[in-house]
Amino acid sequence: MHPLAETIQARFADGFLSAHEWRGDLAVTVKRDALHAIGRFLKDDPSMDCDYIVLVSSVDWPDEEERFEVVYEVYSIRHRHRIRVKTRVPEHDCFVDSLTDIWPGAEFMEREVFDMMGIRFNNHPDMRRILMPDDFPEGYPLRKDFPLQGKGWRDTFEFLNEGSAS
Amino acid sequence: MAHLEDQRETIYKVDPAHPETRDLPILRTEELLLNMGPQHPATHGVLKVILDLEGERITKSTVVMGFLHRGVEKLAEHGTYHQFIPHTDRLDYVCAMYNNFAYCRAVEKLMNVTVPERAEYLRTIVAEIQRIIGHLFWLGTQALDIGAMTVFFYTFRDREILLDWFDELCGARLTTSWYRIGGVERDLTASLETKIRDFLAYFPPKIDEYVVFLEKNRIWLARTVGVAVISAEDALGYGLSGPTLRGSGVDYDLRKYESYGAYPKCEFSVPVGKNGDTYDRYWIRIEEMRESIKIIRQCMDQMPKEGPVMADVPSVTLPPKNRVFTNLESMIQQFKLFSQGFDAPPGEIYCGTEAHKGELGFYIVSTGGGNPYRLKIRSPSFIHMGAFDFMAKGYMIADAVTIFGSYDIVMGECDR
Repeated sequence: MHPLAETIQARFADGFLSAHEWRGDLAVTVKRDALHAIGRFLKDDPSMDCDYIVLVSSVDWPDEEERFEVVYEVYSIRHRHRIRVKTRVPEHDCFVDSLTDIWPGAEFMEREVFDMMGIRFNNHPDMRRILMPDDFPEGYPLRKDFPLQGKGWRDTFEFLNEGSAS
Repeated sequence: MAHLEDQRETIYKVDPAHPETRDLPILRTEELLLNMGPQHPATHGVLKVILDLEGERITKSTVVMGFLHRGVEKLAEHGTYHQFIPHTDRLDYVCAMYNNFAYCRAVEKLMNVTVPERAEYLRTIVAEIQRIIGHLFWLGTQALDIGAMTVFFYTFRDREILLDWFDELCGARLTTSWYRIGGVERDLTASLETKIRDFLAYFPPKIDEYVVFLEKNRIWLARTVGVAVISAEDALGYGLSGPTLRGSGVDYDLRKYESYGAYPKCEFSVPVGKNGDTYDRYWIRIEEMRESIKIIRQCMDQMPKEGPVMADVPSVTLPPKNRVFTNLESMIQQFKLFSQGFDAPPGEIYCGTEAHKGELGFYIVSTGGGNPYRLKIRSPSFIHMGAFDFMAKGYMIADAVTIFGSYDIVMGECDR
């Protein structure tokens, strides 16, 4: 196993689930309850020192019991290493602890995850939609059960037809 | 007349603790909410910012975006990897080449494809030309937003020259789609090579020309020096990248940190600012243009004179166009790649590329098959806007334009 993953496993024996390395990328899967503590450890511990937040994303696996996967990718400028931290969330209890207090840049990225996938973040300062309109009624567009052409919200708009335009 | 008297009562308030101020007019103070945008010439697209003002100072700003949201990430899940390349043109529509580059690199990492040497050099040369175009565009519009109009005409004059090359190279000036997974679409034409060589001599004095307009311009200095200062620690926490981060003194540049293309074979330096203000971010972009010229010159000298420009991995890369029309196997290969796509291995990768705005990354999750299962675009413009409230606090209304101008935002990339 990658030495960084071993450090996380030694420190968080309960929260750590698995580590995976592919094409040079290290991904660590952790329990949802341990995510915030591990985030804090990654930022503050001198051996980790992940001060730069790269991205927050989410993946939808509709056939699995814990349906959603929240992905954080962080980077250490000093040590030049990159760690991807993933956690799973079930659909009926769609909450993750926000990491905005550790990396303030997570605020907008977590809002986007909420907007696109419907995963809510605890202790987030401003949990609103960001790209879709605030009154968007159709749900969360990047979920796999959302059709590509939308669910018909636009059909309710009034359009000028040729008859009335004259 | 009575009406006028009433108005005075509301505007001038009397302080009851000091009856002697009764006759002095006291100005009313209250917070003002100002909507900036969505249609504002300096927002570089369609962006709305709600500013809470105290006098002329910004106390809080709320960014409202998504006006240009087209659901590119959703579209990616419904097309093959090759079909997504033209969509990347429309992300940052000012600098399409770099988006193509970043995307193709990500898919090459997923598929483990190695690009031939000449193609690597060509990619690097064109990417650096695109960086110069991006910085010229930024310099012209930023100066225009702040009030220095002349620079705009000079930078756009030179940008036109470069865009015409793209026209010659791939038939389009802005939406280029020239990069391919495993290489590039076609080689340089002979006349382009001489044009690039001429430009290498032509351009450096022009940079000095722009600098003359700005470096001693008191208005430019007053509006950039010490405006929107952000410390290195905060900039990293907000995920800023590119010139915006380097202005704060962090030398994070993926061309050096995780080198790719032909960059490891070139000698160049990464300019780093000291103060983290708008002026440093401007200075870095100017210096980066000079470095780009160095990189292009080295690449032109080192590039192998001949060689394939596309990797020969028939299960992934496209066949040469001339063979598609004459050779049955190539035709089938082309048809299958576009209708079904190639069979990607299950797994997930993240690949970041140093575009001129910052780190443009693609996070791809594959479960096998021809379409990405999930494709997330890490667009620097979106992430930079997350720091806007923090950076604009306490500055003037007029500085709001300077601040998001200094990120070099393009809303197509921000909203995706």
